[in-house]
Amino acid sequence: MTTTTVGDPILQISSLETHFFTRDGVVKAVDGVDLTVGKGEILGLVGESGCGKSVTSMSVLRLIQNPGEIVGGSIRFHGEDLLDLSEKEMRSIRGDRISMIFQQPVGSLNPVFTAGSQISEVYEIHEGLKKKEGNARAVEMLQKVGIPDAERRIKAYPHELSGGMAQRVMIAMALAAGPELLIADEPTTALDVTIQAQIIDLMREIRNDLGTSIIVITHDLGIVAEIADRVAVMYAGEIVEEADTKTLFADPKHPYTKGLIGSIPLAGDRREWLDVIPGRVPNLIDLPGGCRFAPRCRAREEAGLTMCTEQRPELTGVNDEHTVRCFLYQEGAK
Amino acid sequence: MARFLLRRFISSIPVIIGILALVFALARMIPGDPCRAALGERATDEICDAYNERYGLNDPIHVQFGIYLKDVATGDLGESFRFGVPVTELLIQRLPTTMELAAAALLIAVFVGVPLGIISGYRHNTKTDVATMVGANIGVAMPVFWLGLMLQYVFAVFLRDTPLALPPSGKLDAGLIPVPFYEVWGLPENGFMEFLSEFTLMNSLVTFQWEIFSSAFLHLILPAVALATIPLAIIARMTRSALLDVLGLDYVRTARAKGLRERSVVLKHALRNAMLPVVTIIGLSFGLLLGGAILTETIFNLAGVGKTLFDAITSRDYTVVQGFTLVVAISFVMVNLLVDLLYTYLDPRVRVS
Repeated sequence: MTTTTVGDPILQISSLETHFFTRDGVVKAVDGVDLTVGKGEILGLVGESGCGKSVTSMSVLRLIQNPGEIVGGSIRFHGEDLLDLSEKEMRSIRGDRISMIFQQPVGSLNPVFTAGSQISEVYEIHEGLKKKEGNARAVEMLQKVGIPDAERRIKAYPHELSGGMAQRVMIAMALAAGPELLIADEPTTALDVTIQAQIIDLMREIRNDLGTSIIVITHDLGIVAEIADRVAVMYAGEIVEEADTKTLFADPKHPYTKGLIGSIPLAGDRREWLDVIPGRVPNLIDLPGGCRFAPRCRAREEAGLTMCTEQRPELTGVNDEHTVRCFLYQEGAK
Repeated sequence: MARFLLRRFISSIPVIIGILALVFALARMIPGDPCRAALGERATDEICDAYNERYGLNDPIHVQFGIYLKDVATGDLGESFRFGVPVTELLIQRLPTTMELAAAALLIAVFVGVPLGIISGYRHNTKTDVATMVGANIGVAMPVFWLGLMLQYVFAVFLRDTPLALPPSGKLDAGLIPVPFYEVWGLPENGFMEFLSEFTLMNSLVTFQWEIFSSAFLHLILPAVALATIPLAIIARMTRSALLDVLGLDYVRTARAKGLRERSVVLKHALRNAMLPVVTIIGLSFGLLLGGAILTETIFNLAGVGKTLFDAITSRDYTVVQGFTLVVAISFVMVNLLVDLLYTYLDPRVRVS
C-alpha cells in the first residue's frame, strides 16, 4: 500500500483485528485495518456509526475493555509495536506521546474534580510535577487553547463549562504533555456549528504550530473536507478507500464512498431527493462472505459482477496515492 | 456554604415536630394501662386514679401534648414511671453504650462493606464477585437476633477456653468498675461529664485503664458484628453497583487515556463518584442500626437505648418510650444532615449557590 504522508510515518497500523467476544458470537469490530499517519499529518477516518472507527482508535491506546480483545495485527509507533509493550510501558505512552479527545466533552471530564486538577494530573503522572506546578502549567495550557480568563476557569467544575469550553479543556489536557499524536474521536459532534468551526480551527493551529499528527474520527464528511490532509473510509470493520482529501472528494471510487458523498445535503443546492445508500450496515457477527458492501451495492449490479458475493476484494491501488477495496477497479473481475 | 447549612438545618425542624407528635401519639396507642403496668395488676382503682392524676394522665390529650412540648423545649423529658428517675438521667447512662455500639457497627459496615463492594464491582462476574454477592445476600437476609444467638453460641460456647473465645453478654467483665475521667483529672462532676464518661472505651482509653479498655473492647466485638451485618451487606451491594455504573462512563475512559494506573482510575476517578449513592445509603443504614440495636442490646444484655426502649415498651413506661424514641429519631435526622453535608463536599454539582 502506498500513501502520501507529510513527514515520515509515526504510526503504522497493519492488519489490525479487534474482536469482541459476546454471548451472541464474535463481533469483528475491526477486521484487518491498515492505516498510516505521517508526522504532522491530519488523517480523517470516516464511516457510519458502528463501522469500527472508535474501536480502531481505542486499540491504538490499547484501551479495549472486556469482552473486547486485539487478536491480530500490529500497531507500530515510531517503528515499535505497541502490542508488544508491557502495561506499564503502555501507560507511559498514553496521555504523554499519544493522547485522545472524545465526543462528549462534558461527560469525558470527571464531574467531581476541577478542570485545572484534571489537566494538572497529566503533568503529575508524566512529568512528576507537584500539584502547584502542574496547576501553573495548566493555566498556560488553557490560555494556549484559547480559554479566556484561564486563572479563574481552572477552578471551574465540568458542569460549569459549556460544551465548547469543556472540549477546549479536553484538548488542553490531551496536549498537556506535548503528544506526537492526537486522536480526536468525533471531537465536534456534540457541539454547535459555530463552536465546531472554532474547534476545527484550533486543531488545525495545533498541527501547524506544534507539528502534532492528528487522527480525526468522524461520520461528518464536511469536517474531513475542511481539516484532513488524507482520508480513509471505513466500512464494517475494514478500510474500503483511502486517498488524499482532494482526490477523494473529486474522484471517489468505492461505491460506498460515492454514496456517502452523494448523501451530503449542500446549502443552496435544491434537490428533490438526497442519495441514500440502500440497506443497512451488516451485522458484524454474521458478515457477508464476499465484499461486505455487496448486499447494498448498486454499482455491482449495474456492472453485472457476481464474484463480489463470493470473494473478498483486496485493497488495491488505483494509482500511487489512491487505494480502493472494490472489484470494479480490478482487471479480470467477473 | 453557611447558608446551605442553615437552610438544611431549618428544614429539619418540621421533621422534628412531626416526630414529636408521632412519638407522643404512638406511646398512647400502646395497648394497656400505664398505671397497672407500673404498679402491678393488683393496684386498686383509687390508687390508679391518684397515679393518673399525679402524672397528668387524666388531662385531655391536647393538654398533655402541650405540656409535653413545653417540657421537651426546656430539656425535661419527664420522669420514668417505672424507675422514678428523670428520663434525661437514663439517657445519660444509656445513650453512650448505644452510640459506641452503633459507631463500632457502622465502622465495620463501612470499612468492610465498601472494599468488598469495590473488589466485587471491579472484578464483576468473576468467582470473587459471585462469592461476595452471595455472602451479601445472605447477610441481608439474616435476622439480627438469630445471628446474635449464633455468634454467642460459636464464640462463647463452642470456642470456650480457646484464645478465640469472646464474652457473649454485658459491657464489662464482672467486678470491673471504670473510674470516670473527671475523677481522675479532678474535674467537677455534672450531667455532661457523666454522659461523656459513660463512653467506656473512650473513658478508659484517655485515662489509661487498660484492663477496662480491653474488656470493653472484647465485649463490643460480637454485638457490633451482629449489628453491622445487614448494613455491611447493603453497603457492599450498593458500592458494587454504583462502581459498575461509573466504570462504564466516559470520564473513566478519559482517566485511562491519560495514562493513569488502573488503581488510580478506580480508587480516585471512579470511586469518588461511586461513593455518592453509597453515602446516602450509609446515612439510611444508620436507621437500620438503631432498629437493630434494640434486638442486639436485648440479646447481648447491654443496657443501652435499645434495651431500655424495649423494656419501656413492654412495661408501658410512656415517658421513657417518648424520650428515647425522640432521641433516636433526632439522631437519625442529624446523621442524615451530616450525610447531606458530606454530599456537598463530595459532589460539586450539589453546591448550588
